[in-house]
Amino acid sequence: MSRADVRGEPVGESEGAAPSAVPEPGTARAPGPLWSLGLLRSELLTTFRRWRTLALLGVLAAVPVLVGIAVKIETSDGSPVGGGGGGGQGPAFISQVSNNGLFLVFTALAATLPFFLPMAIGVVAGDAIAGESSAGTLRYLLVAPAGRSRLLLTKYATVIAFCLAATLVVVVSALAVGALLFPVGDLITISGTRITYAEGLGRALLIALVVAASLVGIAALGLFVSTLTGSGIAAMATTVGLLITVQILDQIPQLDALQPYFFSHYWLSFADVMREPVYWDDLVKNLGLQALYAAVFGSAAWARFTTKDITA
Amino acid sequence: MAPIDSDDNTTAGEGEELRAGRRKAARYVVPVAVMGVAAATIGLVPALADSGDPDLPKVTAEQLIEKIAKSDVQQLSGTVRINTDLGLPDLGGLESGLMSGMSGGPGSGEDGGGSAADPSAKLTELVSGSHTLRVAADGPDRQKLSLLENAAEYSLIHNGKDVWGYDSRSNEVYHSTAADSTERPERDAPGKDVPATPKDFADQALKAIDDTTSVTVGGTAHVAGRDAYRLVVEPKRDGSTVGAITVAVDAETGTPLKFTLTPASGGAAVVDVGFTEVSFAKPDASTFDFTPPAGAKVTEADKGDKGDKGDKTGERAEVPGHGRTAEGDLAKGMDGLKVIGEGWNSIATFDTGTGTGLPTASAGGDLGDLGGFLGSFGDQVKGDFGSGTVFKTRLVNALITDDGKVYAGAVTKDALVKAADAAQ
Repeated sequence: MSRADVRGEPVGESEGAAPSAVPEPGTARAPGPLWSLGLLRSELLTTFRRWRTLALLGVLAAVPVLVGIAVKIETSDGSPVGGGGGGGQGPAFISQVSNNGLFLVFTALAATLPFFLPMAIGVVAGDAIAGESSAGTLRYLLVAPAGRSRLLLTKYATVIAFCLAATLVVVVSALAVGALLFPVGDLITISGTRITYAEGLGRALLIALVVAASLVGIAALGLFVSTLTGSGIAAMATTVGLLITVQILDQIPQLDALQPYFFSHYWLSFADVMREPVYWDDLVKNLGLQALYAAVFGSAAWARFTTKDITA
Repeated sequence: MAPIDSDDNTTAGEGEELRAGRRKAARYVVPVAVMGVAAATIGLVPALADSGDPDLPKVTAEQLIEKIAKSDVQQLSGTVRINTDLGLPDLGGLESGLMSGMSGGPGSGEDGGGSAADPSAKLTELVSGSHTLRVAADGPDRQKLSLLENAAEYSLIHNGKDVWGYDSRSNEVYHSTAADSTERPERDAPGKDVPATPKDFADQALKAIDDTTSVTVGGTAHVAGRDAYRLVVEPKRDGSTVGAITVAVDAETGTPLKFTLTPASGGAAVVDVGFTEVSFAKPDASTFDFTPPAGAKVTEADKGDKGDKGDKTGERAEVPGHGRTAEGDLAKGMDGLKVIGEGWNSIATFDTGTGTGLPTASAGGDLGDLGGFLGSFGDQVKGDFGSGTVFKTRLVNALITDDGKVYAGAVTKDALVKAADAAQ
């Protein structure tokens, strides 16, 4: 921790606590931006090398494969998805998948966004601080001249990078499976207009970014929970539990006054990108809401983490 | 300041500890402040945006009506928000289940007959709840109306002689040629059956203007970022459930931008239709191009068993005309339909011919379970005509007498009873 940071740190550890991870004044040096990047790099490597992370990404990659194969089998006799024009059932866009492989990207995202994706984020975010704490490595991280704020920021950046990686894994897997199993070419937007495959790919990329941004809110929430407890499992379970609770509350019509403030309320608005012209209202609301969650829970996590006792 | 250490803290005085505690707490001010700013923004921004009605030259109601009539906007695109709250008994999911079942919506696709993209079935969904529509028009030959749904969209496209309905959720297409729709006014081709834009509603309201109506200009307003006059239409006499109709008219083009119908009983608007975004520029030509996507199921208008569907939709008499089959059935059912009174207080009446009322209204009160269930939605009334049951919504009330006569209209319960008495 730099000298400047130490000054900024109003409190150390309370009586009886183990010594905090504060270096001797002589070792203090101002960490340059490169140093922060180094910290971020090492965090990214640690996170993405974990078997747990790889398994999560593997599951996410498997979803489009399963959906693709299921649709292929169901439509192999020429019948449309949903058994004869039922439509309406299953994830959004699924009825178009057999006509254009690109739609598998949207279907896969619509299928994973309600639970799989945020659950993976919850696991990684919940683990970010609490996991280090329970493994007893947090104080060693703080021994390095990083500063608590900087460490927290790095952790959050790592979780956001994971949001993007998880979304891209789903998109790339769906794109590959869609191209292998189904025809590709010009596609029809849900407004009925025709766009080229290249433009469709562009929209798919935009949707991937929107979906990744949709997860920023729960990532901040998970990070905050992670600073509250010293147990990684407890933080993950709480975050995923909160996710499930909010998803259930979002289905109760009597709560419609509250629902626009739930972080998951506008998640499926990514489908609005496939309208022609794009309908921005809900997309903007979604991004604004995610930014609000990130600001509130990010600053709460900062307030908690910079003042808490690090005992392990 | 020396590095803080547990040793330092244990030796620190009490005051020092207190100060540290305060500074600890001070950090939590940040998230609270962020939340406060957000709440203030959410609360204040709409209030600020609402303030300050535009300053426009004064016009009389007559001039304003003339302006609407002369308005000849051919090119328009925008987003329309529709809220309808008829105050029907809230059956929650059951209601919407019935709706989609009756209208041959996505849920009932497996009956093999109807197409999920049939416009008459689809647009009746607008009758209840809150919906977002997109409209685009370029002259009398090209219009498009899209109903935005969750991750799906229903589009009705009129381009030259083709009328296409496309339901993206089920990937089904409905096609009819304009020859099929020649008897309908051309300019209304998409959404021809169901009023959807503020203009459609305003036209209906202006038709109703007669000597029982007071029409005034109720100031100005901002609608969809444009300056507008507010035309207020009120029934003069008591007895109507309609409190007032407000039409916001674009000051520049004379296009109705917003239509609000408030009930006489007060409370939220029964119908509220308005542009949230509007542009009078020529829409992109590609907006009206449509070719059925590969693999989509296409239903032609003159094929498929529309008769079956007509029966189903015909049951929902309050919906202003759907397909012609449905209208036919409706007309049959309403044989002997008479209108009593005039203007706002007119009441439609017909004899069901059964000579009996609903089971709920059977005299003697020996009601079955079903009777009790139906009766719970209605009020029992008595008068010179005998007795009957009044079914109330926030706008339309209906009286079904025990001898099988039906009186319905946008009037109060008392007015219905009076009409029934007078008819004796």
